Amino acid sequence: MASKEVRTHAIDMNSILRGQGKKAAEQNEISIKVENLNLFYGAKQALHTINMEMPKKRVTAYIGPSGCGKSTLLRCINRMNDLVDSARIEGKILLDNENIYDKSVNVAALRRRVGMVFQKPNPFPKSIFENVAYGLRIQGINDKRILEETVENALRGAALWDEMKDRLNDNALGISGGQQQRLVIARAIAIEPEVLLLDEPASALDPISTLKIEELINELKEKYTIVIVTHNMQQAARVSDYTAFMYMGELIEIGTTSELFTNPKKKQTEDYITGRYG
Amino acid sequence: MDNSKIGHHISGQFNKELEDIRNKVLTMGGLVEQQIELAIQAFTTGDAEIAEQVIRQDNDVDAQQMEIDLECTQILALRQPAAFDLRLLLTVIKVINELEIIGDLAERIGRMAIHVSDNEGKKNVQYYELQHMADLVKDMLHDALDTFARMNIDEITRITGLDESVDREYGNIIRHLITQMMEDPRNITRTLNVLWTVRALERIGDHACYICQHLIYMVKGEDVRHLSQQELELKVNK
Repeated sequence: MASKEVRTHAIDMNSILRGQGKKAAEQNEISIKVENLNLFYGAKQALHTINMEMPKKRVTAYIGPSGCGKSTLLRCINRMNDLVDSARIEGKILLDNENIYDKSVNVAALRRRVGMVFQKPNPFPKSIFENVAYGLRIQGINDKRILEETVENALRGAALWDEMKDRLNDNALGISGGQQQRLVIARAIAIEPEVLLLDEPASALDPISTLKIEELINELKEKYTIVIVTHNMQQAARVSDYTAFMYMGELIEIGTTSELFTNPKKKQTEDYITGRYG
Repeated sequence: MDNSKIGHHISGQFNKELEDIRNKVLTMGGLVEQQIELAIQAFTTGDAEIAEQVIRQDNDVDAQQMEIDLECTQILALRQPAAFDLRLLLTVIKVINELEIIGDLAERIGRMAIHVSDNEGKKNVQYYELQHMADLVKDMLHDALDTFARMNIDEITRITGLDESVDREYGNIIRHLITQMMEDPRNITRTLNVLWTVRALERIGDHACYICQHLIYMVKGEDVRHLSQQELELKVNK
């Protein structure tokens, strides 16, 4: 009896250790890797030889002054810059070791894997339910049960379910800005992307809605790799695990957020985050 | 990393606030230096009036500590400083704490001086043996404050290195005092007075060292507390 107990215990320990090993490996996995990325708008070079890695299920924040290229870099990750005629890109962005700029890549499929949320909430002029279900409907999924389940999960994921469950048929334009922004996030996660790109997601919101979004980001990173652009440095400090400082189209410094905000390595970073830039 | 670190903020008001805090810390440091000076003078000469002054001055030191603390709290809350500014404020809060403790130790020496003067009067006191040690710890504190003023830590390991001399001196004095007590039990009262005072001086040396450690954190962002002198030199020169 005693020996059996010991054996059970040993097995449990092993499985725990295996679990830890898996978790640790996941932590070190790289989701997005940018390699020698140059971007030109016509003759003007907007990004200069960017190299960086963004770990899986972590939040990476881009900070830097206006026009430094952080939004441009963010948009490269789901090829939004393809829509700009004059934009030309050199280099690679690897999503799970696959170059997203490869000719064989289906851009629509890529954007399903890499969702994006913008500065101003942009719900469609439809009901709350249809906003969240939209991504599924254009994939041809019309099964009511699947739609209902997905919408509920997405709204729960965006911390919006309790507020919205009784008014799913109301027009989405009638809810508050903070709720709209969370609705847009729900719409983005309804199609279960791997990566979420957030371009100034809270800059148009009041402080309480901002905190809700930040809280949400913290929960979402359990499931998604998140890249966020923000002008609010305190926000970057609060929500991100890694922070990249960009200046004039160059990546100056990237590091863990706690290190970058307490003891940056580069003088330009120090000057910017302490308000001495300019 | 020089003095100009504080300036060049886009917000002039923020510059002014940081500059103001820096000046207040230096004023408080000056006051504490003066306290040590007067306390030693009172003790070695048995002058109770000077000792009273040291004790009164401690209230000013305490008040300054609270004032600077409050200002730091306000800046932290209102400006959310980062990087060097953040380290500067955290360092200030720690440094003024050390200064306040040093002030208390000086006050303790002052009280000892009153005790001595009650027992022995002004004449024939001659506590000459602790003068050298007192000079050493005063130098340490002065140089540490100087480092803070210039925000340049080139000299810092020399200052922390002085603590070894202070400890050696402390050991020598203790041995000397033990000898005196063994020679003649009538010396014991006097000897204990010296003992308490050199102990206070030794602690002042330690707290001057702690200030240096905080300053290294401020300038380099490296936490060097609880390291030996050799380890500390390695970290600073890295």
